[in-house]
Amino acid sequence: MEIIEAKPGDKLLLLGNEAIARGALEAGVDFVTTYPGTPSSEIADTFSAIAKYLRKKGKEVPFYFEYSVNEKVALEIAAAASFCKLRALTCMKHVGLNVASDALMTYAYVGCKGGHIIVSADDPYCHSSQNEQDNRYYAIFANIPMLEPSNAQEAKEMAKEGMEISEEIGLPLLLRTTTRISHTRGVVEVGELGKPRRKGHFEKDPMMVTVPITARARHPVLIEKMERAEKLSEKSRFNEIIENGGGFGIVASGVSVAHSLEAINMLGIEADILKIGFTNPLPKKLCEKFLEEHDKVLVVEELEPLLEHRLKQIAFDAGLKVEIYGKDSKHFTRLYEYTPDKVADAISKLLNLDFSPSENKPSIDLPQRPPVMCPGCPHRASYYAVKQVAPKDVIYPTDIGCYTLGKYPPLEIADVLLCMGSNAGTSCGFSKATDQKIISFMGDSTFFHAGIPAVIDAVHHNHDCVITILDNRTTAMTGHQPHPGVAEGGMGEEVKAVSVEEVVKGLGVKDVHVVDPRDLEKTKEAFRKALNYKGPSVVVCKAPCVLLDLREKRRKGEKIKKYQVNQNKCKKCKVCVLKFGCPAIFFDGEKVMINEEMCTGCGVCAQVCPFNAIEVKE
Amino acid sequence: MRLSILLTGVGGHGILTAASILGKASLKAGYNVLVSEVHGMAQRGGIVNCNVRIGDVYSPLIPKGGADVIISTEPIEALRQIDKANEKTLIITDVNPVIPPTIYFSEVSYPEVEKVLEELGRTCKLCAINAGELAKKAGNVLAKNVVLLGALSAFDVLPFDSKLLLETIAESLPYKDVNTRAFKLGEEEVRKKYKGINMRRSQTGKRDEIVLR
Repeated sequence: MEIIEAKPGDKLLLLGNEAIARGALEAGVDFVTTYPGTPSSEIADTFSAIAKYLRKKGKEVPFYFEYSVNEKVALEIAAAASFCKLRALTCMKHVGLNVASDALMTYAYVGCKGGHIIVSADDPYCHSSQNEQDNRYYAIFANIPMLEPSNAQEAKEMAKEGMEISEEIGLPLLLRTTTRISHTRGVVEVGELGKPRRKGHFEKDPMMVTVPITARARHPVLIEKMERAEKLSEKSRFNEIIENGGGFGIVASGVSVAHSLEAINMLGIEADILKIGFTNPLPKKLCEKFLEEHDKVLVVEELEPLLEHRLKQIAFDAGLKVEIYGKDSKHFTRLYEYTPDKVADAISKLLNLDFSPSENKPSIDLPQRPPVMCPGCPHRASYYAVKQVAPKDVIYPTDIGCYTLGKYPPLEIADVLLCMGSNAGTSCGFSKATDQKIISFMGDSTFFHAGIPAVIDAVHHNHDCVITILDNRTTAMTGHQPHPGVAEGGMGEEVKAVSVEEVVKGLGVKDVHVVDPRDLEKTKEAFRKALNYKGPSVVVCKAPCVLLDLREKRRKGEKIKKYQVNQNKCKKCKVCVLKFGCPAIFFDGEKVMINEEMCTGCGVCAQVCPFNAIEVKE
Repeated sequence: MRLSILLTGVGGHGILTAASILGKASLKAGYNVLVSEVHGMAQRGGIVNCNVRIGDVYSPLIPKGGADVIISTEPIEALRQIDKANEKTLIITDVNPVIPPTIYFSEVSYPEVEKVLEELGRTCKLCAINAGELAKKAGNVLAKNVVLLGALSAFDVLPFDSKLLLETIAESLPYKDVNTRAFKLGEEEVRKKYKGINMRRSQTGKRDEIVLR
C-alpha cells in the first residue's frame, strides 16, 4: 500500500487519479464521497482500498469515505462536512456533475468552510461516456475557482493546494481532469501526509439558508470571493510562461500543454508557452502580458473554445493587436481528444511548416472489435429471454452500464439512451405517445441512482410499460463498486442492504417479478406476464455479475463447470452463435465449438440449443 | 533517451498489467515514464491500447509513426495500430487470432493470419511468436503478456537490464513461477528465432537493425 506508506520525497508511479487521492491525503482530507464513473473511479477506489487496508491492520482510518447513491447526494454529504469545517473531496465523471449541478449552483452562494475539492473527470472522445461535454463551463457557470493539471505530479499538487485555495476563498473548487490526465501513470514525488481534523462542529448562520433575501445578499459575496480568487490566480505557480524564445506563442491548459511541448519538439521549432493551470478565474494580467509580447498566439485546448474566447476578450479590452488562432480560425476542431500530431499539424499550418507524419494504413479490411458482454454475463440471458417473448414493434429504452452493450448484434436490444435513469423516464413517455409495447432496462446501481423517481411517475400516472432492473449486485462497468443494494460499504464496513424489489413494491408497483435470468423459461414467463399486465410492471433479473461470481468461486476453491458441443447432436443451426452470441461460442467454418478457457459454466447456452447438443464437459 | 512502446490487444489479455510493469521498471531504473491507459468500456473484450513512453517525453500519447516498439497480444490488433509505426518499428506479436463475434454479423471476415503477418513484416520489423503456446507451456495461457515482455527483453531496446524487468514482474504479479517461466520462454524464443541471422549494432547507435541483447 505504497500510496499511503510512501515517505516524503519518494517517487511513485501513479495514475493521475491516484495522484489526486494522494494530494488530498497530503491536504489532510476528512471526507471523501463519490459516485463511480469512468474516468474518475480510481480516485475514490484508492480511498476505499486504503480504508479496507487500514481496517484489516486494525488501524484507524483517518477519513470518512462512501460510495454515495448518486453525485448530487455525494456532493451534499461532503458539503455538510465542509460546513462543519472539515476538508472534503467529491469525485465524479463529467456527466455526474450534471446530476450534482443543482446542489453546486447554490453551494457557491452559501460557500464552504472547510476546503472542498470537486473533481470532474471529463472524457473527450467519449472513451466511456455518452457525450464529451466540456465541464470547464461549470466553473464559469457556478462561479467557482478551477484548477486543471497537465500531468500526474501536478494533479497531486493541485489536489493539495486546491484544498488551501478553496478554504481560503470559501468556495468549493473544481479540479477538472480529462481521461488522459486521470488515466496516465506518471512519476510523482510525494510530500508529507496531512493531519485530518476528524470531527467538526456546525455553527449556525442564518446566511446559509438561501431564501430569496439571503440569496440576493450572497450573490455579491460570491462575486467578491471570485475577485479574491483572481488575485490568487495571478500569482499562482500553476500559471507560468515557459520561454523558448520566439515571437510565436502557444496558450494551453491540461493535457494540451503536454501535447504542445511534444509538438514543438517534433517540429523542432521555438515557441513560448503560456501554461495555465489555474483556469478560473484566469490570471488576466499574465495573459495580457503574454498577448502583448507575441504577434501570433495559438490556443491549444480540447473541446470548446473557452480559453480562446476569453483571451480574445482580454486582448480586445487591452487594445492589443495580437493575432489569436485556434478553433475560430479552424486550426483546431471542437471534437474529440487531441494528440501531438493534431497540435503539430495546427502549428505547421499556421507557420507554413512542412509536417508529414506517417500515413501507414492497413491494406486489409479489419473486422471491428467493439466491447461485448462477458461470457456468462447474466444480462445476455435476460436479453435473450426478452427477445423470445417480446412482440415485434416493442421499444427498448436502455441505460448506462455494461448492459448498454446489448445494443450490438446479435441481441440489438437498445433503442434510446440519454443518461442515468432515462430508461424509465422515456418508458413513461413512450407509453403515452405510442401504442407500442415498452420493455426498458437499467442496472441495480442505476435504479438507486436515478431510476426511482421515474418508477414513481409510472405508478402515479399508470404508464403501461415493463421496466427491467438487471440486478447483478454491483456497479460493474466502473470496476465493481458497491451500491445501496449490497451489505458492504466502501470502507469494508457492514451496511444495510436496500432490496431493489422491496423498494419497487414500496413505490406502489403491483406487478413485480423477481427471476434468475439464467433460468430462461422462468424469465420468459415473467416477461410474458408483465407484458400482459395493464400498467407499470417491474421485472427484477437477479444474478451476480459473472466476474464477481467467478472470483468468489475461485476463492472458495469451487470447480467451474465447462460446457462443450456434442458434435453428434449439433445440427449447425448456429442459434447459439447468431442469436445468443456468447463470445465463448464460435463457428470455425465447420463446427460450432466452445472455447473452454472462456466458458464460465453458466449453462444458459445449453437451454438455448434446440437440439440439446450443449452438454457439461465431464 | 526516448522510447515509445505501444501495447495493444484484446481486453482481458493483461495489456494494462504489462504496461504498468514496464512503467514500474522504468521508474526503478531512474527514468521518467508515462503510461497512458483506457479503462471502462474498452475492457469488455474490446480493443485495449496502452502507450508507454520512457525518457525525454511530454505527451502521454505516441504520435503517428512514433512507436519504437509495438507489442500486440493478437495479430490483427497489431495491424490496426500500424499508423503508429515506421519502417524501423519493432513489432512483437502473438500469432493466435481472437475472432471478434462481429464477423458473424458483418461483411468483413477475419483475414488470414499469414497475410496479416506478411503486411506487418513489409511495413516494419516483425517478430511474430506463438505467445499463447509458450504461456501454456509455462503453466497458464493468461501469462502470454509476460511471454511478450520476455520476448521484448531479448532485443536491445529497453534502457535497462532484463533482470530488472523480471524482478518487477516477480514483485508485481502472483504466480511467480509461472510468470518467470513465461518470461524466460519468450526471451529464449526470440534468441532461437534470430539465431544465425546477421545481427549488428548500427554505427550511428540508432536501431537500424533488430539487435539482440
